[in-house]
Amino acid sequence: METVKEKENSPQKSTALKITGAEAIIHCLLAEGVDLLYGYPGGAIMPVYDELYKFQDKLTHILTRHEQGATHAAQGYARVTGKVGVAMATSGPGATNLVTGLADAQIDSTPMVCITGQVPRHLLGSDAFQETDIIGISTPVTKWNYQITKASEIAEIMAKAFYIAKAGRPGPVLIDITKNAQFEEFEFSYEPCKGVRSYNPVPKPDTKTIAAAAELINSAKRPYIIWGQGVILGKAETQLKAFVEKTGIPAAWTILGASALDTDHPLNVGMVGMHGNYGPNVLTNECDLLIAIGMRFDDRVTGNLDTYAKQAKIIHLEIDPAEINKNVKVDLAVLGDSKETLGLLLPLVNENTHVAWHNEFKKKYKEEFEQVIKNDIHPTKKGLTMGEVIEEINLASKNKAVIVTDVGQHQMIACRYAKFKQSKSNITSGGLGTMGFALPAAIGAKMGAMEREVVAVIGDGGYQMTIQELGVIFQHQIPVKIVVLNNDHLGMVRQWQELFFDKRYASTVMVNPDFVKIAEGYHIEAKRVSERKDLKARVQEMIASDKPYFLEVKVEKEDNVFPMIPSGASVSDIRLK
Amino acid sequence: MEKQWFTISVYSENNVGLLNRISGIFLKRHINIESLNVSKSEIDEVSKFTIVVYTTETWVHNIVGQIEKQIEVIRAFYHTDEETIYQESALFKIASNLLFDERQIQNIIKDHNSQIVTVAREFFVLAKTGRRNEINEMYEQLKPFGIMQFVRSGRISVSKEVMQITALLNEFQEQ
Repeated sequence: METVKEKENSPQKSTALKITGAEAIIHCLLAEGVDLLYGYPGGAIMPVYDELYKFQDKLTHILTRHEQGATHAAQGYARVTGKVGVAMATSGPGATNLVTGLADAQIDSTPMVCITGQVPRHLLGSDAFQETDIIGISTPVTKWNYQITKASEIAEIMAKAFYIAKAGRPGPVLIDITKNAQFEEFEFSYEPCKGVRSYNPVPKPDTKTIAAAAELINSAKRPYIIWGQGVILGKAETQLKAFVEKTGIPAAWTILGASALDTDHPLNVGMVGMHGNYGPNVLTNECDLLIAIGMRFDDRVTGNLDTYAKQAKIIHLEIDPAEINKNVKVDLAVLGDSKETLGLLLPLVNENTHVAWHNEFKKKYKEEFEQVIKNDIHPTKKGLTMGEVIEEINLASKNKAVIVTDVGQHQMIACRYAKFKQSKSNITSGGLGTMGFALPAAIGAKMGAMEREVVAVIGDGGYQMTIQELGVIFQHQIPVKIVVLNNDHLGMVRQWQELFFDKRYASTVMVNPDFVKIAEGYHIEAKRVSERKDLKARVQEMIASDKPYFLEVKVEKEDNVFPMIPSGASVSDIRLK
Repeated sequence: MEKQWFTISVYSENNVGLLNRISGIFLKRHINIESLNVSKSEIDEVSKFTIVVYTTETWVHNIVGQIEKQIEVIRAFYHTDEETIYQESALFKIASNLLFDERQIQNIIKDHNSQIVTVAREFFVLAKTGRRNEINEMYEQLKPFGIMQFVRSGRISVSKEVMQITALLNEFQEQ
């Protein structure tokens, strides 16, 4: 079982000293290896902020411009580093503003600890100023939550919070701390949490099931892998690669699984799902064995369940038992950590190449290339496409950038065309589809991986949901590259209106401000591209810059994202136009 | 798939927020909790939720998975009626004069093996433990005479199969 790694010279361990609850919180964070957190102060959390001031040489607090920004920044940090992201807020509205980020982290299994201040114990339930039942509110969107009302609980609960956030299938934890507990003095000592008796985070793989899985894999004629974020969370990228290479099985990914295997790997056949690649979707219904690794058969992946992979036997490698048979009935469930289960499977599977089967993916790719991809990334029409912008980012960054996306058309295009050479490079709001995610998440991603190029690709709609976080980028000179693909529409909703609502464009036309001027208002270098001839140079200039950089690209207003599985249709009914 | 009655048994830590977490799992799926009982269990400091739902096996499987996933839940099971021994309890408050005026009431008490819990000047209280239909039957028989108050508890049940919670807890602790 994974345990909290404590810093060697941590003075907190076992030496008891009398300190306030607020100071104890800082020591807990330090003991957990936290050196960066995002947040927003306010009345009920002020004692902790006072301690943050005293400990600023050890612990950097970044003031986001909205608490939602703090959660997404913490998520971006967590997704790029694999560590726990930390966000802090005050009671009442500060706490409720965390809800979207918590829900996002919950559905995308992101390890995050949120700390909120709360009114003093004696005022609980009195409708005090800025009192809100954040425990009640956050229960459905947290992996665990707890309200601390006395200082003596702090050490144990904080240790448990960090343990739970990252153990097994990760998720967000919220700890609410009443103000009296922050002021109270007590004898503090810290022990990292090594386990919770009622919680079994990683099921032990069963050798018989592993053997049965190997047998199914070895006898399959048209086996097919779909992997998800479980591979990244389980740090199983090497095992996945070895498994794919040995068995020669074509492998596709869910949006959150992107970058676990190099985009250019010959056995990487592309993305599944609503706007995924043609072959991976259609051939889901033609394989004889589907091996699902660390993915949860989301409806955007499966389309109509009644027609999903009915012809195939299905093996599900999964850490969370609740995901087994939740959406898709499987023939064999291999429970456990993907690194471990893939590692156990590897020696039992036969070497193979599946050439003919693989050629079917190639054939389908050719069809998709001719009908969709070619026009997306090498367009001949006048207007700029989102796809060609992504392609230029690939070229300028040599496929090495972390791509952080928001939600909508630009997200689908970026996930389709961005190329990756390193894991944890695709950061997007997958499950919740949170517009406004990208800009703050990119801040967290950059701060978590300063050595890497981080490019936020955002639509004009989502950008304006958290645009105020430009203030953070400016204040701390965080060299994030921001690309707004501006089509003056809420593009994805507009696309649906065009296709399914007889072109009634209800509230999807945006009259936008001058985004360049706004960025310049924050003293961020900003450029706009409206013509193809300027695109390459601007993107190269952006990537070459070692400062924050904003690039607005005016793209075609009414482009659609294809292929597309219409909502509720079968994966095999994916449309190319 | 056909709907049927299921009894969900949840062994958990005794935790303030857990009921909220568990009820949310039902709420999210529009599944009505037909009866709920929370009590101590055979293990020290371990609580037991007994929840009755009327739904399909697919859903109950799904729900039990989500319940078990909660950090403070040790284990959750579901059983059909045939797989459990189960009972409910009911109290009937009836005007005391009826005991003397309506002879039939005494027969009802005897026939249903029900106990008189207390007799006061104004009212007496009957207790009945049994299956839901037995309680309903007694209710219907008493109803014509006038019931001042009636209450029925949630289902409590034990499974026919062995539940190895203690072994599980030890196993968790060893890991």
